[in-house]
Amino acid sequence: MNPLARLLAKRLATSLIVLIGVSMLIFAIARIIPGDPARIALGPNATQEQIANLRAELHLDDNIVVQYGYFIADVARGDLGISLYTNRPVTADIALYLPATLELVLVAGIMMVGIGLPLGIWSARWRGRAADNLIRLVSLLGVSAPSFVWAVILMLLFAFYLPLFPIAGRISDSYAIAPVTGFLLADTLIQGDLRAFGNAAWHVVLPAFALALSGIGQAARLTRANMVETYDKPYIEMAQSYGFPARRIANRYAFRPSLIPSLTIIGLDFAAMLGNAFLVEAIFAWPGLSRYGVAVILRKDLNAIVGTVLIISATFLLVNIIVDLLIALLNPRIRYSQRPA
Amino acid sequence: MKRTFAILTANPLSLLGLVLVFVVVFSAVFADFIAPFPEHAGAVVDFANFNQPPKWPYIFGTDLVGRDLFTRVIYAYRISLILGIVVLAIAVPIGVSIGLVAGYLGGRTEYVLMRLTDVFLSVPPLVLAMSIMGVLQPTLANGMLAVTAMWWPWYTRLVYNITRGEKEEGYVLAAEVIGASRLHIIFREILPNCVPAIVTKMTLDMGFVILIASSLSFLGLGVQPPTPDLGSMVADGAKYLPDSWWLTIFPGLAILVAVFGFNLIGDALRDILGAEQ
Repeated sequence: MNPLARLLAKRLATSLIVLIGVSMLIFAIARIIPGDPARIALGPNATQEQIANLRAELHLDDNIVVQYGYFIADVARGDLGISLYTNRPVTADIALYLPATLELVLVAGIMMVGIGLPLGIWSARWRGRAADNLIRLVSLLGVSAPSFVWAVILMLLFAFYLPLFPIAGRISDSYAIAPVTGFLLADTLIQGDLRAFGNAAWHVVLPAFALALSGIGQAARLTRANMVETYDKPYIEMAQSYGFPARRIANRYAFRPSLIPSLTIIGLDFAAMLGNAFLVEAIFAWPGLSRYGVAVILRKDLNAIVGTVLIISATFLLVNIIVDLLIALLNPRIRYSQRPA
Repeated sequence: MKRTFAILTANPLSLLGLVLVFVVVFSAVFADFIAPFPEHAGAVVDFANFNQPPKWPYIFGTDLVGRDLFTRVIYAYRISLILGIVVLAIAVPIGVSIGLVAGYLGGRTEYVLMRLTDVFLSVPPLVLAMSIMGVLQPTLANGMLAVTAMWWPWYTRLVYNITRGEKEEGYVLAAEVIGASRLHIIFREILPNCVPAIVTKMTLDMGFVILIASSLSFLGLGVQPPTPDLGSMVADGAKYLPDSWWLTIFPGLAILVAVFGFNLIGDALRDILGAEQ
């Protein structure tokens, strides 16, 4: 069997085990809740009978293992239950809010790779010089503040004092875009409305950059650290003594071995961004999962909490599988081996 | 130790880190003497001076009920540092022990422990802490619990990777040959070799715990008012952007200063101790 296919099969299997573990963990957390979710859902005027009925309907009176059984059976059918907060299926709520969050995270991910890796390469190429010190300092600053602080600073600087970007939202009200995928950047292109696409892209820049900053710093720092080590290797010295251009040595020979550890960190940072998006969305009034997630947590809406965390974790696992496959593709030792690593 | 300190003070960046951390720790410990209005750390109102931009004697300005922001930032540092110390004091021993045991014993123990670790690492950190805080009441103690729950797996991973390498080393084999107990080998032979990496990570993490805790309270899931907290100060102030900018900028920069300081020291320690990532 193809080593990549075997790796994929193996990763999918372990991910499934981990996902079941996550579902148990989240389910257990959600059920040790103090306070009766049925009473919270129905409000203070509910009768004892109404509460008893809702409790029976939600299987709240059963043993926790039985409750988990009901829950997993529903999840397998793609049913995450009804949100007690919006009175709609949790899957419908998540489908409504998740695309905006994913769009933000994806753009931030592209920025992280597109800015972080080149910064790391420059830094390593000019190691010990002023450019290197400056990049290292900026990367460390990027890592050192939560994304909501960057969001506030960027918004004040580039949306208010220098009004280059919009202060809030996903797109200007004047554009009416019928949702197809829920990703505005994709929907506007599908409908061939380039001006709306430009407007949506213009809105996403600041929030995505605020979200990406710590990832950019992380990627640059790690790439630099690995490349500086690689620069001591004999094959680099040989390339230098042959008079290869410094830029080619940096981009081709020194960078390549450090790509794999960098990609691993990028995968982890992507996961962190799925959570940190909550922080940035709050500042830029971005209509994503944040407001929904915080609202359901504060209202102790069990189904919605469990559903949201489960979907985010599944997304995270999916991203990690993709990153692992990319690493395998890039690593000849895995690509050409008969046995999967 | 003395040598490490000498190297730290010789490099301008790590010296800056030491200064920043010293300022943060000093102001947190002696907050009662430094803060110009110590009573403003609690539920005090002074409507005569509400929402003032920075000007003497309010160098960071005042909040919407007239409390001195500088005072509140200093007292918030106190909470942040306590939180960081408690979280690491609980998370590190748990994570390190699990990593040592999984790495040294191997086999089924390793599989179960590392899959368990994977489960915790598979929920984005903030989301895990949020869901725990959502279930519990938002208090300082529960905040520590939530952050601890998301923190230990990183130490497990770190120590596990080192242990797997170390257990093939000659000194471990020698200890096994003379019949040393597993406990002795794990904690007296292997653990000391993990210490540099653990210390480096703890220094960096002191900053990151402060960062995550402020994120939780920013979302309203942390320390509750009137206790001053950097994250909730930013969240409260964000409603009044851009006019009352000082309400968010100073607490935000306060987080940056503390985390940056710990990161600078952690980075320098990593270079000095040669600890792995």
